[in-house]
Amino acid sequence: MRMPRLRLKGGTSLWIGGTLVAVAIAVAVAAPLIARTDPVMDANLMNAEIPPGLEFPFGTDAQGRDIYSRIVYGARISLTVGIVSQILNSLIGVTLGLTAGYWGGWWDDVVTGLTNLMLAIPSLIFALAIMAILGPGLSSLLAALGLTAWSYSCRIARAQVLSLKSQGYIQAARILGYGDLRIMFTQVLPNILGPLIVIATLGMGGAILSEAALSFLGLGIRPPFPSWGSMLSEARDQITTAPWLSVFPGLAIFFTVLGLNLLGDGLRDILDPQSTTRRT
Amino acid sequence: MAEPLLALDSLAVHFTVGSLLAGGVKVLKAVDGVTLDVKPGECLGLVGESGCGKSTLALAIMGLLPPTRGRLALEGRDIKTVDRMATARTVQMVFQDPYASLNPRQTVRRTLADPLRIHGVTDKAEIEARVADMMAKVGLRPEQADRYPHEFSGGQRQRIGIARALILRPKLVICDEPVSALDVSIRAQIINLLLDLKDELGLAYIMISHDLGVVEHVSDRVAVMYLGRIVEQGSWQEIFEDPRHPYTRALIAAIPDPFHRAVVVETAKAKGEIASALNPPPGCHFHPRCPLKQDVCVREVPALDPVSPGHLAACHFRDLAGTPATALRPPR
Amino acid sequence: MTAPLLRIEDLRIALRTESATYNAVENVSFEIGRGEAFGLVGESGCGKSITALSVMGLLRRPLALAGGKIVLDGEEIQDASPAEWRRLRGKRVAMIFQEPMTALNPLSPVGRQIAEMFVLHQGAGWSEAMDRAEDALRQVQVPSPERRIKDFPHQLSGGMRQRVMIAIALACGPELLIADEPTTALDVTVQAEIIDLMRELCAAKGTAILMISHDLGLVANMCRRVAVMYAGRIVEQQDADAIFASPRHPYTRGLINSLPRLGARARQGRQRLQEISGVVPSIAGYPAGCRFNPRCVAVTDICREVSPEATPLPADGLVRCHHHG
Repeated sequence: MRMPRLRLKGGTSLWIGGTLVAVAIAVAVAAPLIARTDPVMDANLMNAEIPPGLEFPFGTDAQGRDIYSRIVYGARISLTVGIVSQILNSLIGVTLGLTAGYWGGWWDDVVTGLTNLMLAIPSLIFALAIMAILGPGLSSLLAALGLTAWSYSCRIARAQVLSLKSQGYIQAARILGYGDLRIMFTQVLPNILGPLIVIATLGMGGAILSEAALSFLGLGIRPPFPSWGSMLSEARDQITTAPWLSVFPGLAIFFTVLGLNLLGDGLRDILDPQSTTRRT
Repeated sequence: MAEPLLALDSLAVHFTVGSLLAGGVKVLKAVDGVTLDVKPGECLGLVGESGCGKSTLALAIMGLLPPTRGRLALEGRDIKTVDRMATARTVQMVFQDPYASLNPRQTVRRTLADPLRIHGVTDKAEIEARVADMMAKVGLRPEQADRYPHEFSGGQRQRIGIARALILRPKLVICDEPVSALDVSIRAQIINLLLDLKDELGLAYIMISHDLGVVEHVSDRVAVMYLGRIVEQGSWQEIFEDPRHPYTRALIAAIPDPFHRAVVVETAKAKGEIASALNPPPGCHFHPRCPLKQDVCVREVPALDPVSPGHLAACHFRDLAGTPATALRPPR
Repeated sequence: MTAPLLRIEDLRIALRTESATYNAVENVSFEIGRGEAFGLVGESGCGKSITALSVMGLLRRPLALAGGKIVLDGEEIQDASPAEWRRLRGKRVAMIFQEPMTALNPLSPVGRQIAEMFVLHQGAGWSEAMDRAEDALRQVQVPSPERRIKDFPHQLSGGMRQRVMIAIALACGPELLIADEPTTALDVTVQAEIIDLMRELCAAKGTAILMISHDLGLVANMCRRVAVMYAGRIVEQQDADAIFASPRHPYTRGLINSLPRLGARARQGRQRLQEISGVVPSIAGYPAGCRFNPRCVAVTDICREVSPEATPLPADGLVRCHHHG
């Protein structure tokens, strides 16, 4: 039966998620403008551990630094980690998955084996090991998170290629003399981008959480630089005496990751390849 | 006699299926010793049902599947020695499903222009002119060039598919069930278009179809395949008016005849179902379904021998004349 | 004249989308007598399949019955409750589909799926039902049914699966069998056998058939009367022989003339096929007046403005054309 397609309202999660993520990005970009003090230098022991109030909306920490300003600057680190590590993961995963699915054979066996190996090792443990070797710092954090979580996008890419490979237009391209790389990047990739973007968006949330966990364990961003995870880590001893030290970084992580997940779900609805290629 | 455009000599394409661990390896003889040729400007109809190997044969001719045995020559040269790009400029294909055979993210213009660029046409004006000319040839309007496939109906998509196949000016086009996925009222447009283009451009076709009405209408010669082998081959008149293989007769008799309530003679009907190509019957593959079956059919593979010059049939009883299509279907 | 088994009266089926409501089917009326084979022919999207689904009470959102009557054996069933529909389906009205693989349960042996019908509708015990399932398989000419009842659907060929579907459909001796493109997914030689089988079984059991197909030739071969649908309406209905001898609607005429006929080339040489121009309209783009008018060779002004009424033809036929002359 041929019927007019019924458009699904994937709207609400897309909009809420998009707004949350947009706010987080705006905060990170505009950090110097909206921060009230310097997040690292403006320590003043006179102001130590002041609860949230008019002067310090989110309160201050043990060194007297403004929590609000530290969270605003922390957004830069968290989002950088999320975005850059996911770009790395996607590049690795998509390249491996695309070539493995398209060429098949021994290369496919190698990539599939590697993917299964990566999935069998808890990625946080893997990241911990890399951090332990490279030492703490932003670049090692990016490497640790950007090289360990590509198995998901690899699997998705490979599965999508396998289902597309028998489509007439892929065969037609081969018959017309297109080279393998040209087919992969002009014929296959544009048609599998939707689910990959979804996976990358969802992965960003995971990377931000991993960064928080690593920093919490003292292996991520070193104090005094503010990342949401390192702030939580520093606050753990004062959780009963100064709960605002944990609550606000926690909320920042919560809303950003929630936003990314909602955005991913919303994108899934509108980027579903079925909605443009669906045959009835 | 003109040199054949395409010549297949005992071509075989086998696949291994299964694994050593799970029940053992089996050989699937999808194409099992096919000898055929296609001359320039000729339309060869290739008829058969599912599993007969016609699609595998098409892919082998396109160079997408390596032959297991035998020789495949394009314009007299073994295809193994011909560059892939040169093959692309000689043989092209029109696909069955106009929905799956167009890239949903490419405009018509890009679908037609990219192959030209890949094949070394660099002049923008020339590309533009050839795209416009090809669109006009298949009956698309110039302003439709920047549209995406989902904006077109099935029949128009098939026109785009035909344009894509012809943009490199090939000499042979394999049409794989080009109308069977289309609405009935659209099919005549596409068949007429294919015949017009054949005359205009001097194309040769291999018309793969299970629709005998279409095959009779368009073909100069016809080959009938069953489980990987050609069982009968001849001019369209010979195949439809003097079919000598019982399978050809069964195919003709199976077409529902709206103008005459079926007066199909029992000896023209095939019994049962097509055997699996993984485990074909011994001797003549058709014998379990054949109304003429004798002991010899189980023991010996019938050779594809001539009934008359150019008309070959792989049946031990090829000399028994059958019922022609016109006799099955007298005019009203 | 005895009352017909099935009477469809002015059926209207609505398609509701977020933005608008369309009539996917309208003004559809026909009757099927007891034991009669009736054909409904049309292209994809013309409404033939959903007409059949409405007779099974299987319309689901976004489709809904919006008007008209469905009368089975004198009883109006269009407003039946879900429980009443369940009692009708399988027992009195059964259906087979184009792709039997999707209609069969892949995890259950086929014998069990047939036996289930006897258990469900006739209260038979399982062991008795399995015996009867074996008989049913034998009736649809499945070889060695005693072994086949244990097979799962994927172990059978397409033709065998369709035979199993027919066995399930006819298990409880329904009065009406709806066959929606029953042979489209099958090979031509297998198709011929399935059609023969359906015709013989239904004749033997007195089951009426509503056959739905895009293939006018196939339907005409099987059915005594045929209705042709286009864009949600019946445009012509005649005896199968008459529709080929003297088609009255330009669309029917176009369909018959547009396809190459086996044997025609040998008699007259290759004639150019008569095309039907244009494209099949989508439901959102049905033209005003006669819905065939943009593609019609005999179109005049009135066709573009006024929807033609049904003109009766002999033998319960009709044609919906301003120029049916």
